[in-house]
Amino acid sequence: MDTETLTAPKMTARNVSVFYGPNKAIDDVSIDVSREHVTAFIGPSGCGKSTFLRTLNRMNDTIPSARFEGRIELDGEDIYAASMDVVQLRARVGMVFQKPNPFPKSIYENVAYGPRIHGLAAGKAEMDTIVERSLKRAGLWDEVKERLQESGTALSGGQQQRLCIARAIAVDPEVILMDEPCSALDPIATAKIEELIHELRGRYAIVIVTHNMQQAARVSQKTAFFHLGTLIEYGETTDIFTNPRETRTKDYITGRYG
Amino acid sequence: MSEAFISVDPTPTDWRDPAMQTRIRRRYAAERRFRLIGLGAVLLSAGFLAFLLISMAMNGLNGFRQTELRLDVDLRQSGAALTAAQLAGPDAEQALAEVDFEGIMRRTADAQYGPRGARLFSPAGRLVLREAVKADPGLLTRPATLWLPAESGIDQAAKGHGTAEADARYRPLAEAGRARIGFNTNFLTGADATDPTAVGIWGAFKGSLLTMIITLLIAFPVGVLSAVYLEEYAPRNRWTDMIEVSINNLAAVPSIIFGLLGLAVFLQVMHLPRSAPIVGGLTLALMTMPVIVIAGRNAIKSVPPSIRDAALGIGASRIQVVFHHVIPLALPGILTGTIIGMARALGETAPLLMIGMRAFIASPPGGLAEPATALPVQIFLWSDDVSRGFVEKTSAAIIVLLVFLLAMNGLAIYLRNRFEKRW
Repeated sequence: MDTETLTAPKMTARNVSVFYGPNKAIDDVSIDVSREHVTAFIGPSGCGKSTFLRTLNRMNDTIPSARFEGRIELDGEDIYAASMDVVQLRARVGMVFQKPNPFPKSIYENVAYGPRIHGLAAGKAEMDTIVERSLKRAGLWDEVKERLQESGTALSGGQQQRLCIARAIAVDPEVILMDEPCSALDPIATAKIEELIHELRGRYAIVIVTHNMQQAARVSQKTAFFHLGTLIEYGETTDIFTNPRETRTKDYITGRYG
Repeated sequence: MSEAFISVDPTPTDWRDPAMQTRIRRRYAAERRFRLIGLGAVLLSAGFLAFLLISMAMNGLNGFRQTELRLDVDLRQSGAALTAAQLAGPDAEQALAEVDFEGIMRRTADAQYGPRGARLFSPAGRLVLREAVKADPGLLTRPATLWLPAESGIDQAAKGHGTAEADARYRPLAEAGRARIGFNTNFLTGADATDPTAVGIWGAFKGSLLTMIITLLIAFPVGVLSAVYLEEYAPRNRWTDMIEVSINNLAAVPSIIFGLLGLAVFLQVMHLPRSAPIVGGLTLALMTMPVIVIAGRNAIKSVPPSIRDAALGIGASRIQVVFHHVIPLALPGILTGTIIGMARALGETAPLLMIGMRAFIASPPGGLAEPATALPVQIFLWSDDVSRGFVEKTSAAIIVLLVFLLAMNGLAIYLRNRFEKRW
């Protein structure tokens, strides 16, 4: 890998606009997602940060009224091109949702489902390895290794969310999108997820949407501030929080509105 | 701010105020009243159900019993040219068919019960005699005592519903120990007949069973796939709205209309055999399908979207989402809807009348294309008959239909509990 691909952004979005029917939810957003950093999207409720996140793996396709304009590239490849296979795209760009949503199946099956449908494991032994590795990376292995056959929905909220992260990394994605992954969790579970994000950094490009500014400051290196569907400011997290260029950013992070 | 608030309402709320107490009393009274009304409604419906079941049982249980008269038979003197060797051979049915069992029964009965003795026995008696010989060829070479079904009047007299004339004929028989009441196996194994003592429910039961199998095989896959397509794939536009309205209307169309449709399409256009379970099944499938579609759509709709997101988010295709996650989670609801639809189809009479399943069919259907009748139609036909013997047969057939229904519902509950996922 030469230096150019190392420094080139993992994903680039150019002039992205999203419409829900006649309403414009995202207006002309351009952003680069770096491969070695955690990128945080912050902004008040309804500012379009989740909508924008979902354009990155085309989850918005599932909403009938949503319409997309612009261009998004993954490693230089247009993900909205007709030749792009959306199923493979979503395996490469995994997603963790706001509310933990494990399948009502066993813990083992939750993690094994992705590798199974993509044919990533050749046999039972290999699948066991993938499940163990994924659960270890998600920091859940020690808590569940004795009860892999129990239902994933019987775990606590924080454990369920880490199970969802394990499920996402089991298919070995390149990017992981996290849509407010801690908003349904208590502070201790939140701390564990944040710790996990630190550990996953570098292996996967991570994009996290959060409405908790302290969390953005703690876990990310880059921060993008969205307001009313537009990208107001994007830069190093430390700059955004200590020395914002825009007054709107400053007003938001100091709690003037939100 | 706070001063202004206090000046608007200076006195604190008095929770012990008489007006407040009255309000509380009224609230409790309303609660109590509502609970009593609800309980009353439950008791009323339970009462009706109990009345139905008890009256059915009281009338119907006699239908499963049959009065039998004693007949001492000696086939050696009957002139029947039948040997044990023939019965063991391959042409046993042929050989049996050539024997005049009716004549044997009549002559023997006349000899033992006086000149009109044969009239005491049911026409089904010769069949019992025939089966007895078939089961035990030894009867050909030695005298034996058999119990053959009595005719309807005697049967009713034995069960306490007889006319004065029948009672007079029955009493001496009972006193002589020549009559007894036994289990009516013929009712469970036979088909329709003209004489109430000779009828059986098996023909109608088998007809219903075959009809239901066709209905299930067609309505379930078509209904479920329609529901899946409409919920998961179809775009929301004017066409799908129209389809939705049509399906809802179809579920409310009177069943006799479906019968006319079946008559016009399956019999007139496609020339399928009249009175056959396959036509009945197709017609009832048309009627059941909208019910399954509606129930299936509701069940699919109630699968949380987060599960779909989860599967899509790790790169499952639409069809994988549907078959790995949505259908398994919706299955209990789909099954419940299917069973409700099937139960309705099982009890349906009108459309079957239209396609000719009301014919008098004296033998159980051998296949899907053979003439048959169905349980509710059989009940309808028997209830039309004035003979007292058919009253109890009607009730007995209703008991069989209800048991069939209960078995289906029991199966549905079992399946639903099996597939139900705990969250």
